[in-house]
Amino acid sequence: MEETVEYAQATGLLGGVWLLVAIPLVSAAILLLLGRRADRWGHWLGVAAIGAAFVLGLSFFFQLRGLENKSVELSLWDFIAVGDLRVDFGLLFDPLAAVFVLLITGVGFLIHLYAVEYMSHDAGRRRFFAYFNLFVAAMLLLVLGNNYVMLYFGWEGVGLASYLLISFWTDRPSAATAGKKAFLMNRVGDAGLAIGIFIMFATVGTTQYDEVFNGVGALTGTTVLVLGLLLLLGAAGKSGQFPLQAWLPDAMEGPTPVSALIHAATMVTAGVYLIARSNPIFSANSTLQLVVVSVGALTLLIGCIIGAAKDDIKRVLAWSTVSQIGYMFLGVGLGGAAYALAIVHLLAHGFFKANMFLGAGSVMHGMKDQVDIRRFGGLSKYMKITWLTFMMGWLAIIGMFPFSGFFSKEPIIVAAFEREDWTAWLFGGAALLGAGLTAFYMTRLFVLTFHGPQRWTEDIEHPHESPKLMTIPLILLAVGSVGAGFLLATSVPDWLTETAGLGGEHAEHAAVLSHTVITILSLLVTVLGAGLAWFLFRAGTATVPQPAGVLVTAARRNLYTDTVNEAVFEKPGIFLTRALVYLDNRGIDGLVNGLAAAVGGGSGRLRRMQTGFVRSYATSILAGALLVMAAFLAVQAGWLA
Amino acid sequence: MTELKLPSIDYAAISPILIMLGTALLGVLVEALVPRRWRHVVQLTLALLAVLAALTMVVLSADERIITAGQALAIDGPTLFLQGAILVLAAMALLLIGDRSVERGGAFVAQAAVTAESADDRRQAEGRNGLTEVYPLTTFAIGGMLIFVAANDLLTMFIALEVFSLPLYLLCALARRRRLLSQEAAMKYFLLGAYASAFFLFGVALIYGFTAGIPGRPSGVDFATIHAAVGESPASPVLLFAGMALLAIGLLFKAAAAPFHVWTPDVYQGAPTPVTGFMAACTKVAAFGALLRVFQVAFADANWDFTPVLGAVAVLTMLVGAVLAVTQTDIKRLLAYSSIANAGYLLVGVLAPSRDGLAGTMFYLVAYGFSVLAAFAVVTLVRDDDGEATHLSRWAGLGRRSPFFAALFTFILLAFAGIPLTSGFTSKFAIFGPALEGGQAWLVIAGVLTSMILAFPYLRVVVMMWLSEPGESTPTVTVPGGLTSAALMIGVLATLVLGVAPAPLLDLAAGAAEFVR
Repeated sequence: MEETVEYAQATGLLGGVWLLVAIPLVSAAILLLLGRRADRWGHWLGVAAIGAAFVLGLSFFFQLRGLENKSVELSLWDFIAVGDLRVDFGLLFDPLAAVFVLLITGVGFLIHLYAVEYMSHDAGRRRFFAYFNLFVAAMLLLVLGNNYVMLYFGWEGVGLASYLLISFWTDRPSAATAGKKAFLMNRVGDAGLAIGIFIMFATVGTTQYDEVFNGVGALTGTTVLVLGLLLLLGAAGKSGQFPLQAWLPDAMEGPTPVSALIHAATMVTAGVYLIARSNPIFSANSTLQLVVVSVGALTLLIGCIIGAAKDDIKRVLAWSTVSQIGYMFLGVGLGGAAYALAIVHLLAHGFFKANMFLGAGSVMHGMKDQVDIRRFGGLSKYMKITWLTFMMGWLAIIGMFPFSGFFSKEPIIVAAFEREDWTAWLFGGAALLGAGLTAFYMTRLFVLTFHGPQRWTEDIEHPHESPKLMTIPLILLAVGSVGAGFLLATSVPDWLTETAGLGGEHAEHAAVLSHTVITILSLLVTVLGAGLAWFLFRAGTATVPQPAGVLVTAARRNLYTDTVNEAVFEKPGIFLTRALVYLDNRGIDGLVNGLAAAVGGGSGRLRRMQTGFVRSYATSILAGALLVMAAFLAVQAGWLA
Repeated sequence: MTELKLPSIDYAAISPILIMLGTALLGVLVEALVPRRWRHVVQLTLALLAVLAALTMVVLSADERIITAGQALAIDGPTLFLQGAILVLAAMALLLIGDRSVERGGAFVAQAAVTAESADDRRQAEGRNGLTEVYPLTTFAIGGMLIFVAANDLLTMFIALEVFSLPLYLLCALARRRRLLSQEAAMKYFLLGAYASAFFLFGVALIYGFTAGIPGRPSGVDFATIHAAVGESPASPVLLFAGMALLAIGLLFKAAAAPFHVWTPDVYQGAPTPVTGFMAACTKVAAFGALLRVFQVAFADANWDFTPVLGAVAVLTMLVGAVLAVTQTDIKRLLAYSSIANAGYLLVGVLAPSRDGLAGTMFYLVAYGFSVLAAFAVVTLVRDDDGEATHLSRWAGLGRRSPFFAALFTFILLAFAGIPLTSGFTSKFAIFGPALEGGQAWLVIAGVLTSMILAFPYLRVVVMMWLSEPGESTPTVTVPGGLTSAALMIGVLATLVLGVAPAPLLDLAAGAAEFVR
């Protein structure tokens, strides 16, 4: 455990790592600044920038393979230096960062290609690609930074881009609301991360990864616990984990390529990256690890249960993302060798989830933007490529042998059973149950969409397959969904162990069940879940909501988590605002969330602004003055200090 | 009867103050002697040259660390840094004040005596040249601010407070359009300002009483005497604490900290926008310069006593500014509440009693000043036939109409929201870091949380500008002439540079961050 983390200087080709961030950023700037002039070719610039970044990333990757110390950092300039605070504007390229770079640019490139066609009828396509590339640049900065402040930069950047992209279709009020929800819930997480970084400063005196990791040993257990919990809060906000999971499904209001790239493949996995990167902090405290594992296990079950009750194709996929990221949190929380397993699952998930989201987009494209799976059915005859590629994704996510989910998820289930006490049964059982539930609701989604009787709305006569530019990325991602798992599972863990500070020894416990038994069990629950769903939904389903039992009703209402949020955050927030507005007593026209755009301007408003009385201001100043005086005197009398 | 002794005065060190006040007097003469059509050019040139000359003198005396004019003025690192900051920001504000391309005849009323809303008033609004008295008034205010940050005793500080406040009250009343709003703002500012001054003056009296009550020590209100008196075990602490509280109230009023912030939104909204920018940038620097000196020099040893109270004020200020910003529908009021919240963050810096804390606070003042001036510069541009369109609904879809200016404003808003790679992030960082090291974790947590809230109203404006369709009433942006463009570009560039490479200015601030006593 006490090995020191050391990064080498980047030399030669790797000195150009900054280009990975710069290229998408510059292309976004060009698209935004040129405005309408770039409308005709702007999207191709966007695609080309990500393609170039992917090629560069690939060459850096091969370069890195040849190095002795596989963690190289590049310090660009001294960013902040006040007194003892020193923050470097620097990048770190190591095996962990490298796999993320390849995922972001590789999957990103395919999704960009798809979006060229998907957004072709949208007047805002150029703007869309500008925000999209802004997102990619920020995401790359997030994974490439060599300290927590740089990570925070990327973190804020992706949050901003995601907010802009969710609310992209502003003519839909639901999109604006969803954007707001995502923004606010992410702010809760961001606040945790920011305070965590400040605590790091106050206790370790730096935010450089290597120095923080080497300094963790000197901290007290409580400090590490607080620090870790704050980082976890940040991670949970970004990754849609309990208790901050509610924004992710609502974020599906954005265009489908956004859901695929940001809310399935990359951004939402930033939390997993944060925990994996901060491994030395999390490994230093077993309580902390237990919390992470619990959050993961709880979220993966919540995601499954709610996912099984939803009828919107993108929301089902969104809840399945929540649930799959739960598996990843479970993996990173288990520590040791399971870190690498979580990353493998993350990469494999990036492929098959992007595949399914794009497939959903293709279905919607052919069905006049219908998203209700009760209104699909029998599409396998009409959209052969979408059907086949979606099938690959479906088989992958439910963990069927030999598709990629089998190789990436099953090891996490095994690892969950490898704990030393009764918690092995708890977490292993949850993971196993989750696998069965996943098979159930994903099969329900697949069967209702592509098989069974047609339940289309009247205006659809003949659904059509999507154009080539959309199907080619689908096919490539489907290939990834089939093959990636095996390849990744056999190569990535070894590769990741060369990341300085990652991996570490893992006190191996014998699993409470033998490996073979677990494998057979997990395959068994998968087949059971899938079979049950196929049996129940092979003949279609009612097109209107049916009365249901307690559990299903609860699941339809997101297990009442929204209600809880409302009671805990929203109501007090509104109350506080109202109270302050009351004290402020003027000049306010419109309450919280009252979008000014909706309220017409007018001259009456000017008159209303004239109602502030100097006497009430003077009174409030006097009251404040008396309070401050009283407080000073109270301090002096020793009551407050 | 002791012999009257003239104090020695280092004229070179106080030359920036003398230049500004001298130019202001000269400006009054210009009003009397120069023909009307030349006054604008002469006055503006004179004021800008004076600011430049004063700035040169500040730079030349950068290594000066003395107390001069008896005990009245301290010319030390913080004084010079803050004087430099005030002068640079004032130069930008002067560019905005002097602009006559955006609004024909400038942002100021042509005849202040005309009854508002009358036929004559409409005629004057239609493009007769604005008053040129604004330049001497502005230079007087700048001179007062320069004294305020240098003042080394409470009476000098009080005089300086009045010297820079009175011209500001007048300037607030001089808007060309919406004159009732403008006059109301000035009246409120004046009444409440006088009220706050009374608190301050009463505080000075109590502090004098406190020092006089310690036997065997000279009594007085200069900071060295107060510092020494606080260091003794005080005989009448009630006087000390009551006096300290009253002084704090006077200063917090100028700094726009809650609950003494109530004037801010009305005044910011009513005042002519260039003056609002001037107040938001320069008054803030001056007020916090004085707060820093009073609490870190005179009352440094009572640190443990005032920190909890001022900390509570800081938290309340951040909360009020951030939460109320959410509900605003007028861009100037929104910026006013944001300025209130920023006062809260600056107070956190005042309560970090270390060199780093002082440096961070000074850095924050400069960075914020640049951004806020650029923001108000954009506000002057978004207008229709009736003047500025400040209601937020009018800004919907601005990004479609004028992408360039909408992009600049977006950048400024992101800086206010503390998004990294803007000065808003680095300056918050520079304050919160030292505050945490100084053991003020609760303030930092409150600061982080409120800045998270505050990001929401800013981003709402961004979304409205870019993602909404332009409405019928969305005005176009006036393409500004050279003066406003210069101010705007300086502000935006400074926000970017201080966000990407803040090290040089941080070093400068760190080098200057030591008071002489």
